Amino acid sequence: MSKLRVATTSLAGCFGCHTSLLDIDERLFDLLKLVEFDRTPLTDIKHCGPCDLGIVEGGVCNAENVAVLREFRRNCKVLVAIGACAVTGGLPAQRNHLDLGDCLSEVYLTEPGTRHGLIPNDPELPLPLDKVHPIGEVVKVDYFIPGCPPSADAIWKFLTDLIAGRTPTLGHGLIKYD
Amino acid sequence: MTETFLLDGEEVLFAPGQTVLQAALAAGRYIPHLCYHPEFKPHGSCKVCTVKANGRFATACTLPAQAGLEVASAVEEVDDIRRTLVQMLFAEGNHFCPSCEKSGDCVLQALGYDLGVMTAGFRHLYPNRPVDASHPDILLDFNRCILCELCVRASCEVDGKCVFALSGRGIEKHLIVNSASGRLADTDVALTDKALDVCPVGVILVKRRGFAVPIGERRYDQSPISAQALADAPRPPAGSRPCAACEEGEE
Repeated sequence: MSKLRVATTSLAGCFGCHTSLLDIDERLFDLLKLVEFDRTPLTDIKHCGPCDLGIVEGGVCNAENVAVLREFRRNCKVLVAIGACAVTGGLPAQRNHLDLGDCLSEVYLTEPGTRHGLIPNDPELPLPLDKVHPIGEVVKVDYFIPGCPPSADAIWKFLTDLIAGRTPTLGHGLIKYD
Repeated sequence: MTETFLLDGEEVLFAPGQTVLQAALAAGRYIPHLCYHPEFKPHGSCKVCTVKANGRFATACTLPAQAGLEVASAVEEVDDIRRTLVQMLFAEGNHFCPSCEKSGDCVLQALGYDLGVMTAGFRHLYPNRPVDASHPDILLDFNRCILCELCVRASCEVDGKCVFALSGRGIEKHLIVNSASGRLADTDVALTDKALDVCPVGVILVKRRGFAVPIGERRYDQSPISAQALADAPRPPAGSRPCAACEEGEE
């Protein structure tokens, strides 16, 4: 059996979900018998080729996130939202009831210590979106794994179900929103 | 003589005057529910306890038990409706479980776990709902309010204070505090009030108590909400005193 090709990325996330993936510990060896990695922070491959599975951590908070997410959707047969931020917007989305301009001016212009501050405007910086979105509001998502982060056991259960061709189900104790 | 109705094909005994939900819970049979509380009159507003009774949808908390009634609850068609209702509640408020101190003790969250809700499914509204931290001992985080009115009912019927009320209509409906300033600090709410104990979500929080029980060791971490049916079996009403504060307002 050829190995499943897997890509992962963190958009507006904290890499906590990737850390939780690494927390499957020695089961990583079992996983590597079944999958090979394409674009991920682990391989440092910059662009995603055709993949069987794409795992996306973090919500969508800027233009670059949108581009990366669309690249994943174009290339991955199955796309998974992992973690509270990808599923609900999470902590970054707690700015959504505020005006983006007000946020930027408070952080860079009006807070104490920012007397000669400037709002960053370098062409290399991706433009922030006015709201942070769960990835399901931007592209079609096939599966959701909630949690902040989902536990290593939840991730392992999900991956082994999916790789074995079963519909992934997380029972009590594995499905967590916190 | 006791009579019975059928719940998912099995007979459930009921006493005269009991609703389908009360009889089921008393028998240790779980029907998912959210705005119902065993010590208060049924409210019927959240619709999570929807069942199919003799082929028609009805809320189990308000449906009087009748001999021979055929009730379907643990069926996919009904669970789909409940799942959608729970998803809409998550999308409507700001339910950020990772930063909520009620996590693990929250009924809405426990229902989501038990029904297998993996995503809100609808576009999140992310409403702007400032918190009320004015009171020295109690925090109100309106972001999580699901408008079940349990605090409204408890404050009026048991505490006789009517500290809380709902205001506005439709999507504008929201929980308010009944004081001239609108701040909790300017009411006579007390730490012993029943209203502080009934919030199923994380709106009414007693300060400095949030993490006394660590995350992971809380009520719905121990066992799923569906395994805790008897906890909500009928018990004596908490009280139904006429509320002086309300009656003044109606004049």
